[in-house]
Formats: sequence, C-alpha cells, structure tokens
Amino acid sequence: MGTIIFFDAVRTAIGPTAAAYALLAIGLNMHFGYTGLLNFGQVGFMLVGAYGVAISVATFGASIWVGMVVGVLAAVLLALILGVPTLRLRADYLAITTIAAAEILRLITRNTGSEPVTGGVFGLRQYAGGFYDVNPIPPGSYLGPLGLSEGRVWIMAVSWGLVALFTLLLWSLMRSPWGRIIKSIREDEDAARSLGKNVFYYKMQSLVLGGVIGAIGGAVFALALQTVQPDTFLPQVTFFAFAILILGGTATWIGPIVGAFLFWFIIAGMQSGLRRFSDAGMLPDFFGSQAIGAVTLTFVGLLLMLLMIFRPQGMFGNKQEMQLDVK
Amino acid sequence: MAAVTRVALLVLLVVGAIAAPAFAQDSEVIRGQLSADDEPVSGVEIDVSLNGESVGTGVSDEDGEWSVELPGPDTYDVTINVDTLPGGVELRNPERTTLEIRVGQGATATALFALGEREEVGSILFQRISQNLINGIKFGLIIAMTAIGLSLIFGTTGLINFAHGDLVSAGAFIAFFINAVLGVHLIIAAVIAVIVGAGLSAGIDRGIFRPLRQRKVGLISMLVVSIGLAFVIRHIILFQFGGSRRPYRDYALQTGIQMGPIRLAPAEIWVMGLSVLILVLVALMLTKTRLGKGMRAVADNRDLAESSGINVERVILSVWIMGGALTTAGGVFLGMIESVDYLMGFRLLLLMFAGVILGGLGTAYGALLGSLLVGIVSEVSTVWFSSQIKEVWALGVLIIILLVRPQGLLGRKERIG
Repeated sequence: MGTIIFFDAVRTAIGPTAAAYALLAIGLNMHFGYTGLLNFGQVGFMLVGAYGVAISVATFGASIWVGMVVGVLAAVLLALILGVPTLRLRADYLAITTIAAAEILRLITRNTGSEPVTGGVFGLRQYAGGFYDVNPIPPGSYLGPLGLSEGRVWIMAVSWGLVALFTLLLWSLMRSPWGRIIKSIREDEDAARSLGKNVFYYKMQSLVLGGVIGAIGGAVFALALQTVQPDTFLPQVTFFAFAILILGGTATWIGPIVGAFLFWFIIAGMQSGLRRFSDAGMLPDFFGSQAIGAVTLTFVGLLLMLLMIFRPQGMFGNKQEMQLDVK
Repeated sequence: MAAVTRVALLVLLVVGAIAAPAFAQDSEVIRGQLSADDEPVSGVEIDVSLNGESVGTGVSDEDGEWSVELPGPDTYDVTINVDTLPGGVELRNPERTTLEIRVGQGATATALFALGEREEVGSILFQRISQNLINGIKFGLIIAMTAIGLSLIFGTTGLINFAHGDLVSAGAFIAFFINAVLGVHLIIAAVIAVIVGAGLSAGIDRGIFRPLRQRKVGLISMLVVSIGLAFVIRHIILFQFGGSRRPYRDYALQTGIQMGPIRLAPAEIWVMGLSVLILVLVALMLTKTRLGKGMRAVADNRDLAESSGINVERVILSVWIMGGALTTAGGVFLGMIESVDYLMGFRLLLLMFAGVILGGLGTAYGALLGSLLVGIVSEVSTVWFSSQIKEVWALGVLIIILLVRPQGLLGRKERIG
C-alpha cells in the first residue's frame, strides 16, 4: 500500500496541476517576494487566463492559440484596473482589494446571466482539442509504474517547460538593474522614491508581469483539466499558492518549483493515504471523503501557520529577505 | 451519501484535480410549477443553491413552470424569492421559503411551493424595495457586530485578521452544538456560545498573536498566520459538522408579521432589536468607560497610549475578548435568520472588509456605518439584479471607495500612508 500511495503522490506532484500552481507561485514571487506587493487575488489572474482560453474557443470558436493571447491580454488589463486604485495604498489594502476583485470575477462568471458566454456554474468544456491535436508524443504508456498517457506527458512537458521559462526570465530580470529597483522598492519604498524612481510605475510593471504569469498558470490548468468551472477559482487557491511559495522559499528562484512539488506531494500523499486506509476499513466510519478533504485542508492551514511562525524563509529562502512589513 | 459526493467533488475541484473530475452524462434538473387557486403564477424567481452559493435561478413562465439545471447530483436548497410573488399571492406556509431537495444522478426532482392569496399592500416595487431595505439593515447590523471586532483588532495591533470570519462560523456552530446536539434552548446556548467564543478569541491572542508580537514578527507574516488559522478553524468545523446547511432547533419556523409593506418573523425582529441594543452598549462602552477609552487611545496611537500609562497588552486582550463575544453573537444571529454552514463566516469576511474599509479601517463607528451600507447595498441590489451577484455590488463599492476616498468615510488620511 505504501508504494501505491507514494506513486499517487508523485503522479500529482509532477503533474500539470502542480506546474500550474508553480506558475501561480512564480507570479506571486514577483509580486510578494520581490516587490512586496501583497496580492491575495492571484486566483483572479488564473481565472482570466483559464477562461480566456475556454471562452475564446468554446464560445467564440477561435483557435486555442488566440485564446491564450486573449487570456494574457485580459490579465494585463486586470492588473492595470487593479493597480491604478490600489498600488498607491498600503500592502494590506492591496490584499483586500485583490481578494475582492477575484471574488467579483468568480461571482460574475458563475452568474446565470453570464451563462451564454461563461457557461455559468456548469463552466465550459471541449476547448482543449486544438492543444492535444498538436501532441508530438506517440501513443503509449510512459514512466513505468506511473502509467502516464501520451496526452498527459504532453501537457506535463509544456507546463513544466513554461515553469522553467518563467523561472529563467525572473532569475535574469532580478539580476538586471530593473530587478534591483524592484527589490529596493520592497526594502524601502521611500528610499527608492528619493532616488528619483517612479515607484508606482515599477510596481505596476511587477503587477502586470506576475499577473500574466498567473494567467498562463490558469491557461495550463484549463488545458490540463479540459474543463473550467467558476467554483474551481475560490480564494483559497491563492492561499495554496502562498503556502507553496513560502514552503519553497520566498524571493528565491527555486522556491516556487520545489514548493509546488513538495506541497502537492504532501497533499496528494495524505489524501491517497487517508482514502486507502478508509477503504481498507482502518479508519473510523465517519472518515468519509468529506472528512478526508477537511483533514487535508486543516493540515494546509497548520502548515501555513507553522511555516510562517518557525521558518518564514521556507526551505531555500534568506531570512533577511522576509523581514517584510507594512509601513 | 449526497454530502459525501458533494465534498468529493469539492475536493476534486479545489484541492486536487488528482484525476480529472468525472462528469455525469445525464444532467440533473430541479423543476416545479407554481399556481395559486388553479391559476398559474408567472414571473416568480426561484433560486437553487449549494453550500449557500447559488447555482442557478429559474423564473416561472406563463404556465407557472420553472426549472433549473444543476451541476451534479447533490442536495440543494431551493428558495422561492417571495419578493417576486405577484400582488395578492403568497406562500401558504410563509416559513417554507426554502426546501431541501435531494437530486440523484441524472434525475429530475420536483420542488413544490404551495401558494395562496393575500391582500395587496401598496405597489410591488415599493414593497420590494422596503422589504429589501429592511433585510439589508438586518444583515448590515449583523455585519457591523462582527466587523467592530475586526476593526478594533486592526486598530490596536495592526493585524488584519483573516480568521475573523471563521470565528463567526465557530460561534454559530458552538451554539448549534449546544442547541441542536445537546438539546439546550437556543437562548441559553447563545449565551454559553458567546462566553466560549470570547474565551476562544482570547486564547488565539494569548496563544498565537501575542507571542508573535513579542517576537516582533512583521504584520504581513501575522496576516499569513491568520489565514492559516482560518483554514484550520473552517475545516475543523467541516470535519466535525459536515458541509450542509442546518437550522437551529428553536425559532426556525415562525410566521412572519406583516407591518405595512414589510414582513418579518418575530425572531428577525428580536435579532434586529438585540443587535441595535448591543451596538449601542458597545458605543457607550467605548466612549464612557475607562477600558473603552483605553481601547480608542491604543487604536489611535499605541506608543502615546503606552507612555500615558495604559497597559496596552491588557487593552489588546480586552479587544480580542470583546471582538470574540460580538463575533459569536453575530454568528448566532446570522444562523437564526438564515442557517449555519461552515462557509458562512468566510462569505461574511469579505463583506466585513468592505464594511470596515468603507467606514474607515480602525474606527469603531466607521465599521458600524460601513457595514450597514454594505448590507443595504447588497440586499437592495436584488430588487433589480440577480441575487447571485449581490455581493458583487458591495465589493464594487469597496473598490470605488478606495479610488475616491481611500481612508474611508470616517477615517483620517494618515492611516493609509
């Protein structure tokens, strides 16, 4: 049983969902880790990325590549709309506004009135065909005991490829003069301003870039699941991404990748383990799937609390870089 | 088990996508026909919700028929919007506005509402606006009770407590446990719950946030800790009580009293009256007593208060205790006028944020004013717009106020720095 649980955990941890979360966390790393922007609405960017693809293809019949461009443009627009009123405010105000904006997007998407476009609570399906049609991987079963289909390997290759691409982009950006200004804003906004830097302008660029990366994470998510439903995009998704970022190490290039892998390894391992123990009758009767979900999420909460209290720099972070505070 | 299926679905969608969610081939539908005295009743809104969130709204056609497609087999709450009933028609049993309907795989379930005649009072639009206005005030008073704690905790410690919403659910469920499980009358259960809630809140400050303050942990780190705490509280409730909506044992079935254009159940009138009384007492406490003045002084300027000889830590603890008590009372009231479910507090949290920012973060009166406005805006919007997006208007107001007056209606400019 141990091996089965282990393979369940590995399958999820290297899967496209984990990659999508890694992309969300990379975007948050840009916002929170490097710039000090407390974006609690990353799931909103994810939503526009996912629905950008789904609506373009399923509702308007465009090609999937057009859909991705639409998703990215929508994320840019969302970042601009969000940034103008809030980037001049303190970090905690930004947090509340972004979480509110993400909820507004979700509620409007699931509203009955939006059904002709977004599919309402039923969501949208049958838009991902164009992506799987160009799959170059021959049919078969891959990676031995994991038994992955060719479609799964294809989406995994693309999603982790995107993770690598954006990790590299951020890594090089943070070594550029632009990155140094961004980090100086995190350290001391007033000092950056007194050196003649337009802080608002740089924060906006950071918000747009991180949001676009989050939207691409959303598009990957939509392609991997091949269905989008508004209630996938609950506020807690953002908090999962935060847990991933903090687990791996905020303001490090490797943090989001290691964090996403570990987070999903632990979560999927726990769920698989509890489910299998429950099926084998080794747990009390009340341990249905509801209880398993509840236990797992309680654990996520505890993880977030304990990490933040005892090891805020995560696995690879530098404690000095986590001395964030609202000023 | 329907509850298990639902959470299995939730777990699939939210936590994992460990496997792609399997979708039923056949779609599930809830339908019904509305008629009063053998005449079909058209234009009535019927809302179907799952876990407190609407999944669809149906409107009855000329034949009085309506139907709502569902995302999957589950147990749904079907609510008739009594404000959309035409003049002269009302529910035979005014309490049965919400029916719990279980829908199996690929099944079509029927929800029946028995309608009868009623004397018409004034114009329908006027009646709907009045009813929604009073509902908004009722809801706003509850938001205010819970938001004052949030605002005062922010004012005295700088912490935006994301676990505050889940303290509302915790309070409501403590009362639910004592009332529905142990069988104690709701009034006694509520009093015990308020005491336990105050203690829980004090424990959270003493056990978690005070040590963090003493270690000089940054406010953003504490905020993330509060998110973790919110997750823990919310899912312990889910683990213990499950995900369905439940009513309290007492005052759940009452006949509404018609007062001019509005109709309220006696319990709702009591909830409103008690909320006003509690809020007035809090206001008096803040302005007249030594402790209340201390709270306002610490919220105003912590260092100055400390150097004037105020025991800041004691004041902060009192704020947590008072906040916990108010939040629990708010949760019990919300449970009385609606029902209790493990997400009730989180849904309220964003509205509390909207309320306190609208009024001015860190001010007690601002929280009161802002919350009332948020409650009224979201309820009155349903006269013209879908009730599925009623929170959108409140959250939209939040974003607009940040654009034009970020310090809030009663806040001072320096606070947002």
